[in-house]
Amino acid sequence: MEERILATARDIEGLYPHVHIWGWPIATYLFLGGLAAGILLFATLYYLNGKENDMPFTVKIAPVFTFFFVAFGSLLLIYDLHHKPYFWRLFTAFRIESPMSWGAWTLASVSILSLLWPLSFVDSIEDYLHRRGWKRMDAITRWIIRMEHRWAPLRWLIMFFRRYRKLFAYLLLFLSIILGIYTGILLSAFNAHPLWNNSILGPLFLTSGVSTGSAFVMWLSNNKKERRLMSIIDMSLIAVELFFIIHMIMGMQAGPEAYKEAARLFLGGQFTVWFWVIFVGFGLVLPFLLEVFEVRGFHVHPAVPALLVLVGGFIFRIIMVYAGQMSEYPFL
Amino acid sequence: MRYAMALDTKKCVGCGDCVVACQTENNVPLGYSRDWITEVVKGQYPDVFLHFESQRCNHCEDTPCVRTCPTGASHVIEGGIVKVTHDECIGCGACIEACPYDARYFHPDGYVDKCTFCDHRVADGLDPACVSVCPTKCMYFGDLDDPDSEISQLLRTREHYTLLPEAGTAPQIYYLK
Repeated sequence: MEERILATARDIEGLYPHVHIWGWPIATYLFLGGLAAGILLFATLYYLNGKENDMPFTVKIAPVFTFFFVAFGSLLLIYDLHHKPYFWRLFTAFRIESPMSWGAWTLASVSILSLLWPLSFVDSIEDYLHRRGWKRMDAITRWIIRMEHRWAPLRWLIMFFRRYRKLFAYLLLFLSIILGIYTGILLSAFNAHPLWNNSILGPLFLTSGVSTGSAFVMWLSNNKKERRLMSIIDMSLIAVELFFIIHMIMGMQAGPEAYKEAARLFLGGQFTVWFWVIFVGFGLVLPFLLEVFEVRGFHVHPAVPALLVLVGGFIFRIIMVYAGQMSEYPFL
Repeated sequence: MRYAMALDTKKCVGCGDCVVACQTENNVPLGYSRDWITEVVKGQYPDVFLHFESQRCNHCEDTPCVRTCPTGASHVIEGGIVKVTHDECIGCGACIEACPYDARYFHPDGYVDKCTFCDHRVADGLDPACVSVCPTKCMYFGDLDDPDSEISQLLRTREHYTLLPEAGTAPQIYYLK
């Protein structure tokens, strides 16, 4: 038997009984980053496949939201910093070894491009919003169009982006994959937290992010074909996610003691119900089944599986951020 | 040059002088500490053994904190000492998450703070504050690249261990058995 106790006072917040310095802002950001990555991945992919007019919501409308997701996520990140006035230091360095460094650069690039992308479609977006009767958003787009006519630099910017849109689409497709996968790699880079420290976490977060992206389109699109296609895509993504999750737990179970201990958080430990019932049950399996029914022709309101996937994806990030910090090497 | 520290667990009485010396020398905020004492009890009654470990940043050879730092604020200086440049630190906490030893914390001013091996004293040829005040002389600081240094000789002759070698960080604080 061995027992270890701290013999001198160390009254430092966030270190004991286990490291806990990242909370809901980080988890929310990871969710929003993944969601934005998913939406942009579909938008650019279908644009490059020439589906611009067949899938207007996926290609043009959904990306309007991504700028706000990414911007809000970035604000949360800055809010979470403890030395806020120095946050610009992120952009005076590029450190390839640090996922947070190249993630910050990716996030900044995606923010700019996700603003330019819908801007370059502003006319057809206005048309779509008008037809759909989304009046407030329509008023904003009309104002942007007026600005475009009045203000030459904006006109020039939109023209420039339109001209090289295909090139930007490839770039944004690439960056959205990086953004989606980095939210997972960010956590998996921490060897001190065995629950995070597995190489499947990047692909798992990417898959989950793309799945929430497809759910978002499925939820808000009014085009039956688009919704059905996203349902089918989401089903396959959920299947892949389930495979990755089993794979992740198997990997930890086959690892050294600290990794087995990490898996125990989900296998009988305090996150068991949250992980298997709330996330896997209500956030993956149930929407999967509802999507199967929907595709088979039963009437299921697409908002139901979509919202389950979105809420499930958010809860998954919360679980991973909180449980990951509890998973540590034995106390010293 | 490779600075390291050796602590003789046979001599340490867990008085905590090293902790207070560090707080004083480095102006550590109240309630905080860059080093600390862990009491280790092993065995089962009646064969119970107790020893103390004075712990701090392990100034690892393989530094996860420096690797995950997005700005380069965490860096390694001459002699393998791991330091944080306050003006480059954004306080994101990545290095705190990366350290398996709980050696780093947020200073109340926002930046991340930790043991520096008293590099300002070492530059003047002095021992770190914790080593210099130890009443039982159980701590040794020196250069591992110099085979004649006291610490090199101790590590050659005495059995020793490091903390969490399985974390793969190659820690440079050695505990003599």
